Amino acid sequence: MSSVLYDTPGPRAKRRNVVYTIGFLAVLGLAAWWMLSAMADKNQLAVEKWSPFVTDSRVWTTYLLPGLTETLKAAVLSILIALPLGALLGIGRLSDHRWVRVPVGTVVEFFRAIPVLLLMMFASGIYREYTTISSDFRPLYAVVTGLVLYNASVIAEVVRAGVLSLPRGQGDAAEALGMRKGQTMMYVLLPQAVTVMLPALVSQLVVIVKDTALGGAMLGFTELLSQNRQITANYGANTIATFTVIALIFIVINALLTHLAGRLERRLRQGKKSAAVNIPAQPGATEVKSDAISGA
Amino acid sequence: MFDFLDSGQYDLLGAFWVTAKLALYSAIGSLIWGTALVGMRVSPVPAMRAFGTAYVNLVRNTPLTVVLVACSFGLNQTLGITLGGGSFEDIGFRLAVLGLSAYTGTFVCEALRSGINTVPPGQAEAARALGLNFTQVLTLVVFPQAFRAVVTPLANVLIALTKNTTVASAISAAEAAVLMKEMVENEADALFAVFAVFAFGFILLTLPTGLLLGWAAKRLAVKR
Repeated sequence: MSSVLYDTPGPRAKRRNVVYTIGFLAVLGLAAWWMLSAMADKNQLAVEKWSPFVTDSRVWTTYLLPGLTETLKAAVLSILIALPLGALLGIGRLSDHRWVRVPVGTVVEFFRAIPVLLLMMFASGIYREYTTISSDFRPLYAVVTGLVLYNASVIAEVVRAGVLSLPRGQGDAAEALGMRKGQTMMYVLLPQAVTVMLPALVSQLVVIVKDTALGGAMLGFTELLSQNRQITANYGANTIATFTVIALIFIVINALLTHLAGRLERRLRQGKKSAAVNIPAQPGATEVKSDAISGA
Repeated sequence: MFDFLDSGQYDLLGAFWVTAKLALYSAIGSLIWGTALVGMRVSPVPAMRAFGTAYVNLVRNTPLTVVLVACSFGLNQTLGITLGGGSFEDIGFRLAVLGLSAYTGTFVCEALRSGINTVPPGQAEAARALGLNFTQVLTLVVFPQAFRAVVTPLANVLIALTKNTTVASAISAAEAAVLMKEMVENEADALFAVFAVFAFGFILLTLPTGLLLGWAAKRLAVKR
């Protein structure tokens, strides 16, 4: 890989890079050795602390997989409710009527400015005081409510930006065809905006999956993270091993989602290229990627 | 309705003061760590690039709650790292600053990297033609322009960080969300008032950051 930030290394630079590499690896190795010796001191590296995750399927069937199911359940419920709600709020913010635009804008800005944990705790309190939802299901309800309120406002902004990013001519043409405002939005603007927004929406899923862990730590929601207490209690205080496995599960799920978002984005960009053969390229819509310094 | 504020039972200002300190220290930590990470990610040394990329991709995909709880249970309670000792809450605070900096640094790194991409290649090429080495190109020519281009994304990262400080309640740093949890349990008849007070507090913390940095972004933007 070459970069405009530095010259192609010559013999001296190559030698220097080798020295830097050795120095950097030494620092990393020292840090790793320090961590590992600290773990070994507290007997966290012992085989029996790590082996249950490979040899004992009950760790998975009793704790990790049910926890993961709860995590995914909360995430899927949240996105399913937040998507239509966010789309409505986003369209409402684009309304021609002041009495729709301003209140919707206030709601969106309000819920975006407040930490999602506060929304969850508030929802939990409301469900406890004013509803008859049993305390078994209350955490799930509270987590989903908090996530929906926050993410619907974020999605509203994504939808608004997506619609605004379309060329003006699209809306004008629909109007010239005699379409109503609702028709223009439903048949012309939104379908195009969705393709622009899709990558951002998938990345928002990553945020949702990550935020479900809040419910486990603060509201007694029995999701993936909260299983660490059970596992460390039953498998001999293997804290480090348990957290490593839990973090890895989250990382794999989120990396898959990120990968999906990237693939979608590339596919959509390709789709645009092939469409550009028939339609003259829009001015200002071309991306000047070659101007960028590092392609990494 | 708001009489719980006068009871003297709750130290609202104190809790928000801890939140503000947590946000400030973590912001400094994550800015430094994020800059170091982006330096590694664009450096000529392959080992550094690999480490930077791996770190960012791993930590960014881990929930912040997992990072902080792992700091508390793993680093502190299991390995006995106290970062200078003191009371339970002090240790929680310092671990929270560590965890928040480690997590937010990845987002600072990504913001800065996109900022580096906005600097025209001619700038770095001209600097190299003058005989500057990699460190000089980065610190004297590219970073000063990149920082000015990413004030708005960095402001969003800082606002998200301020909101994320509430997650530190999971490891008993005595900040606003801990107090709110307590008040939601004790003041059941004033739920809406409690929520309004805390929501107002966070809007008060994040709104000026956004406005100030938005103004700064306009002032500092490199006109091309």
